[in-house]
This record gives sequence, C-alpha cells and structure tokens, in this order.
Amino acid sequence: MNSPSENAALVNAGLQRRYRAEARFKWYGRLAIVFGLLVLALLFVDIFRKGHLAFFQTQVQMEVEFSTDRLGLPNTATQADLEEADLNRALREALFERFPAVTGRSERRDLLGIVSQSVVYELEDSLAENPDWLGTTQTLWLTADDEVDMYHKGNVDTEVDESLRRQSDQEIGWFRQLESAGAMRLGFNAYFFTSGDSREPEQAGILGAAVGSLLTLVVTLLLSFPIGVAAALYLEEFAPRNRLTQVIEVNINNLAAVPSIIFGLLGLAIFINFFGMPRSAPLVGGLVLAVMTLPTIIISSRSSIKAVPPSIREAALGVGASHTQTVLHHVLPLAMPGMLTGSIIGMARALGETAPLLMIGMVAFIVDVPQTLTDSSTVLPVQIYLWADSPERAFVEKTSGAILVLLAFLISMNSAAVILRKKLERRW
Amino acid sequence: MGASSLLILVLLLSGVGFFLGRTRSRQFANNLGGVRHLHSLPSYYGTMVAYWGAIPGLLVILLWLGFEDLVVRQLTLLSLPASALPTDTAEVELLLAQIDNVASGMLGTSDPLVINAAEYTQRVEDIGRSWMTGMTVVLVLIGLGLAVKRIHPELAARNESEFTFRAVLMACSMIAILTTLGIVLSVLFESLRFFSQISFWEFITGTHWSPQTAIRADQVGASGSFGAVPLFVGTLQISLVAMCVAVPVGLMSAIYLAEYASPRLRGIAKPLLEVLAGIPTVVYGFFAALTVAPAIRNWGEQLGFATSSESALAAGLVMGIMIIPFVSSLSDDVINAVPQSLRDGSFALGATQSETIRRVIIPAALPGIVGGILLAVSRAIGETMIVVMAAGLAANLTANPLESVTTVTVQIVTLLVGDQEFDSAKTLAAFALGLVLFIVTLILNIIALWVVNRYREQYE
Repeated sequence: MNSPSENAALVNAGLQRRYRAEARFKWYGRLAIVFGLLVLALLFVDIFRKGHLAFFQTQVQMEVEFSTDRLGLPNTATQADLEEADLNRALREALFERFPAVTGRSERRDLLGIVSQSVVYELEDSLAENPDWLGTTQTLWLTADDEVDMYHKGNVDTEVDESLRRQSDQEIGWFRQLESAGAMRLGFNAYFFTSGDSREPEQAGILGAAVGSLLTLVVTLLLSFPIGVAAALYLEEFAPRNRLTQVIEVNINNLAAVPSIIFGLLGLAIFINFFGMPRSAPLVGGLVLAVMTLPTIIISSRSSIKAVPPSIREAALGVGASHTQTVLHHVLPLAMPGMLTGSIIGMARALGETAPLLMIGMVAFIVDVPQTLTDSSTVLPVQIYLWADSPERAFVEKTSGAILVLLAFLISMNSAAVILRKKLERRW
Repeated sequence: MGASSLLILVLLLSGVGFFLGRTRSRQFANNLGGVRHLHSLPSYYGTMVAYWGAIPGLLVILLWLGFEDLVVRQLTLLSLPASALPTDTAEVELLLAQIDNVASGMLGTSDPLVINAAEYTQRVEDIGRSWMTGMTVVLVLIGLGLAVKRIHPELAARNESEFTFRAVLMACSMIAILTTLGIVLSVLFESLRFFSQISFWEFITGTHWSPQTAIRADQVGASGSFGAVPLFVGTLQISLVAMCVAVPVGLMSAIYLAEYASPRLRGIAKPLLEVLAGIPTVVYGFFAALTVAPAIRNWGEQLGFATSSESALAAGLVMGIMIIPFVSSLSDDVINAVPQSLRDGSFALGATQSETIRRVIIPAALPGIVGGILLAVSRAIGETMIVVMAAGLAANLTANPLESVTTVTVQIVTLLVGDQEFDSAKTLAAFALGLVLFIVTLILNIIALWVVNRYREQYE
C-alpha cells in the first residue's frame, strides 16, 4: 500500500506525459476534420478550375462576303432565292481571304478546320433572319473549332514538339495571327445548353442529358413518392405486429444497403428481358431508380410519421374519428413536410446515380433531345461518364462543366430540402 | 389507345363514379330527411364507387402491359411456318428482333417471310390494343354500375372504403418484398444458367479471368476462362485502401465533433463533411481518374516505383474519401448514444478526456462502430463508378497497390454494357458476379444491422 503522498507523486510524475497524449489526441481529431474539409475544397476547386470555361466558347472574327457570286447564285438572284445559297463556299472564301498566304491544297483544307463544322448552319440561320445581307460583306463572330478553343483557353502547350500535340506548328501560327489581330474572343457557349451530345466538342451540349434526367426523375418521383408514403403509413400505423410485417421491415432495411448496380441487374433481367420494355428509355431508368430510392423514402417517411406526437392521434380518436380518418386527416398532413424533405433528398440521390442506368443501356451516344418516356436517352451523370472517356482535351472541360451543372442541381435540391425542413417542420 | 391515355381515362371514369356515388347517396339521404340517416358520409359512398371502378381497370392495364410482349411473341412464333423456324434459340431471338424492328418501321427488309410476320405482329398488336381498351372500359363501367346499384342507406361504405384503402397501403409495402424477390430471381436464374456451363468451383477458385468467348468454334485463343479470384482480390484490395482512409479519418472526426468541438464548429463542420456523401460517384470517378491517378503516378515515378496509371491506390483513396462521412456519421450517432454517466464516472476517477474516450467510450461504443464500419465495407465493395473510371480492366492477381487491378463491379459493367446475347457465358458471368456481390453485401448488412441493434438495446 502506498501512502497518499507517494500516490500523488506517482500521478504527478505521469501527468506531463498524459497531458501531451491528450493534446496529441485532440490534434488527431482536428487533422481528420481538416483533411476531410481540405479534400472537399480540393475537389470543388479542381472541378471548377477545369470546368468553368466550358460555359464559354472561343469565337473567331471573319469578314464574310454574301455576294451572289460567293453564294454560288445567279447574278439575278433576289432575297427569295437565298435557300439555294452555297454558304460553304462563302465561308471557304472568307477564310482564304483572311489568310492569303496559304495556297497549298492540304494547307487550305487544314485552314477550314479553324471554324466549327456548325458554322455553315449558323450562317444559314443568320442569313435567313437577315435577307438584306445579300450583296454585302458582314463582320461576324463564328464558333471556332475545339482545337482553337483549347489553344485560346491556354490548354495547349506550344513549347512541346509538334508531334506530341494535336495542333501543328503551322496551325498554331494561324491561331497566333488571329489572336494578335484581336479576332479571337470568348463568347457565351450557347451550344452547351441548347444541344444534345456530339462527336465535336464545340457542338456538344447537355440539353439532351438534362431532359433525359428530368424525364427519368419524373417517373421516379411519380412512382416512389406515393408508394413510399403508402408503405410507410401502413407499416407505422396499420400493420399488425406479426411475422409478415417483420419480414417487410427487414427487407426494406436490407434493400436500402444493396449496391445500386444490383438494381441495374434487376432492371435488365426483369423490366427489359422479361417484360420487354425498351432499352435506354427514361421509363425503365425511372422504374429502376424508383425501386432503388423506395427504401430511402419509406425509412424517412416512417421517421417523420413517428415524430407526430401520439396526443394528436388520441385527440382525433377521442372526438370520434375512425383510425383511417385520424391517419389521413391529421397524421399525414403533419408528417408531410418531413416526407417531402426525405423525398427531395432521395430524388437528389437518384439524380446523381449512374451505375444502374449503365446496365439498362442508357449509355448510348444520343444526339437528339428525348421527347417521350420511351425515346432513347441518357442522363446527366451518364453523359459525364461518357465524356470523361473521350480522348479530346476539350471534352475534359465539357465533363467538368457538366459536373458543375449537375452539382448546381444537387445543391439547389438539397438546399430546398433544408429550407423546407426549417420552414415547415414543427418541433413538438 | 395507348396505355397512358387509357390510364387517364380509367382515372377520369372513376372520378365520375365518385360524383355519381356521392349524388346517389345524397338522394337517399334527402328522401330519408338528412345525411344523418346514412351509415356513412356521402363522400365515402363516392369513394367506394370509385374504388370499384379503378381497381379492376388498373389491374387489367397492368396485366396487359406486363404480358403483352410475351403473348405477341408467342403468337408471332406460332404464325411462322415450321419450316422457316430456325432450330437454334439464338437465331429465333434474332428473327423475332428483326420482325419487331420491321413491324415498328425502324428497319426495311425484302424477305417476304419477315414482312408477312411483321404485318401479322402489327395486326396482333393492334387487335390486342383495342381489346385492352374495350375490356378495360367495359370492366370499369360494370364495376361502377354494380357499385352504384349497391348504394343504400345501411351500406357501411366508410368501412368498406377504409378496408380497401388499407389493402392498397399494404400492397404498396409488399413491393419491398417483391423487389427483393425480383433481385434474387433475376440474379439467381441467370447465374444458374452460367453455372450449368462453367463449374461453380472453377468460378470461385480459378485464378485466371478472361471472359472473351469465341464467336466461332474454330477461333483461336479466346476460349474464355472464368476464374473470379483476381476480381475478388482486386475488390478487397481497393476496399482495404478505402477503409484505411475512411476509418481513421471518419472515426477521429466523429470523436472530435462529438466530444471536443464547440456547438458552432460542429454545426459547420458536420454538414460540410456530409456534403462529401452527397457528391455523385461519377464525379469522384472523374476526380480519381483525372486528378488523383496522374498525381500518384508522378509521385510513384519520382520515388522510383513502377506505377500504373490505373493503380488500385488512386481508386481506393478516392473511394475512402467518399466513405468518410458514412463512417463518421454512424460513429457520431453511437458515440452520442453512450450514456453521460460513463463519462462522468471516468472523469471522477481522474482520467483525462482522451483517456476517457479511448478506455471507456470507444469500448462502450465498439459494437456500433464495428457495425458502421461493416456497412461502410459493404458500400465500398458495391461501389461502381469510381472503380469503373479509375481502376483497370485487366484481371491481375497482385498485392501491389500501385498496379492496376479490376473489381467485381467493373467486370459486371464491362460485360453488360454494349451488345449482349443472353446465352453466352460472357453475359451470364455478369449475373454470377452480381449474385456473389449481392450475397456478400447482404451478409455484411445483416451482421451490421444485427450488431447495431444489439448495441442499441444495451443502452435503451
């Protein structure tokens, strides 16, 4: 047995060491949090740095002459004949005039690559809008090819050897010439928001994927919200405590943790192969995502039903309401804000989901914007996956741009959920 | 009439039925001298009538949509002359697909057999559609009529409609069971077909994975071998890397937030960390493939290691980051569930805060933490997009995290994306892998949920 003073000495001897251990332990905790937040910041900064220029597109200034000669029209042509105009030729001549020193056949062909292939259609549209341009020369800003775009945005290392980059030294020379003449600028990239996918990065857009996502989510919401709420009501309010109820509950909890790709296999085997639904369709995608988010919605709906105090039920039953009336008239409206919040969060998860949709064929290259629930389509995350696989440097930027759009949607959905919860949820 | 407009029609008719039922019950009430002479409120009579119309109508539409395709295919097959019918099931599939495409106008053909069959298919479909429309409308009308005729003042319409309502709710909750059943059946059946071609032991213990099967019998080199061990090892390796990141970071941040942090810091840091869980996995995949993997390769090369650009390390690291909030919020919950009395007792004995945490709180919360980690492991194993984008395709059997490995989920995606035929071992292998994945994650989840529940009971 030690005397009290000996004990105190023993404790004091170890005290410094113990305090140091305490401080160290606290620092481990701080470091862990800092690490997590740092990675989050790094992720956002990295994506933003790569992607914010995707919303802008390099344009080059050209003087395009719309004379009857250049348009390949007879001299007597009037504004009514503009549909026959050969704008390819007008564009070609404009480019050759801009670079008079270029004379070789193959070099001239390379020269055409400065502007996007879509420029001809742009010219067609502007000419149709302004028929009085006939016979005049207009100074126009035309969409540049993705190679020019990458050069202008500083993504091309001009120091490395010609063979290691996609642009030849000669082309870089042309780009410099345009840049120093002030004939190159960054304009708003309308294609990115108004068109579907394309093999040409400068013409590729996210509209098709965004509409596909919207259609898919509509199906998911229409199926999973009512069914989820109904199931939650049954399990919380009506279900007898028996074997079957137990089995259902265990099932729901397990389904919530099943890997999402398994739901894709389910969709492929059951919906597509057995029921013969169309591949790549938002309908099937929505079904698969509905089945996937259902457990989440049921679980969150149940917890918001649980949060309604029993006194409300007792009061309703006390004034003579039937059980069903109590639930429908009192419990459900009070639990609704919580259910909505849970569903919005579930929808946000469904919006970001990729793997199960790969299984049901929503990975096809689709140019058109889908119109109906059975059109072939893709969704935003899958579009990101497809673009991330493309070799062109310009698609890295598009991918990051699409990610920014997707994250913007997710953040607004989640903030909507938070605001809704703050505004509507009652604390009892 | 299309299924969706028919659906709207059924709902409209039921709506009309609601008003009919309500008006009819009110007529009864007026004759008797007031609503109080009815068993139920008039709207319950309306609801009852609407159910009588809507439920048979919806059932018919559902059944029709589900089995239309099967029936049409069978009828088309029967209509073909026996001599023209290929003996091979794969060729039958091909022929049917062709007929289908011609019938819907997506494909042109000059083969009279196909044209005839396509016309037949088209006709059968048209007849089917009009039958569906007719049957549905007639059934709905009969239901509504019968229900309206049933109305009289003593009818317990409220009890009936409430009973139906509960039955509908119950049916909705049964969908969870149906889903599980669907998953098990779809994965199991295709897997059984796979195991009838490839032996189960070869699949589970074989060390060579190269799923390319020969298209022609005389083709060289592509016999296909389905030893899945490299995939299992690769999956475990990447998951291990992920857990090495997620468990210490997640656990320590949970401890700090629960035990040390001021409410203000907690209010800011906790939601921010949870943002990590809300980021879509495809974004992590992109981050892993384009930012983390090249960085790791550069560092590896500077240090003199041969590093693959699709190293297991890169995919694992990013996956770990994704799982941090998962571990931290689950641990946070269980740490908060540890009763304050345990902390107070430890402090009273003179322990410092970190000693209390390490010697008292963690041991007390251990079952819950282990449960959370098991759930996190199951999530890491089933994670798809990060590994599809950042891990490799080649099935190497290696323990070196700097080399490229492939995982179960990557192989499922590679085998199933693109064109497939449903009897080749290659496609079926994906379902066998899916079965393994489902069983493993299910076992992990069941253990984890069991552990967490046991733990909860302990302190409640």
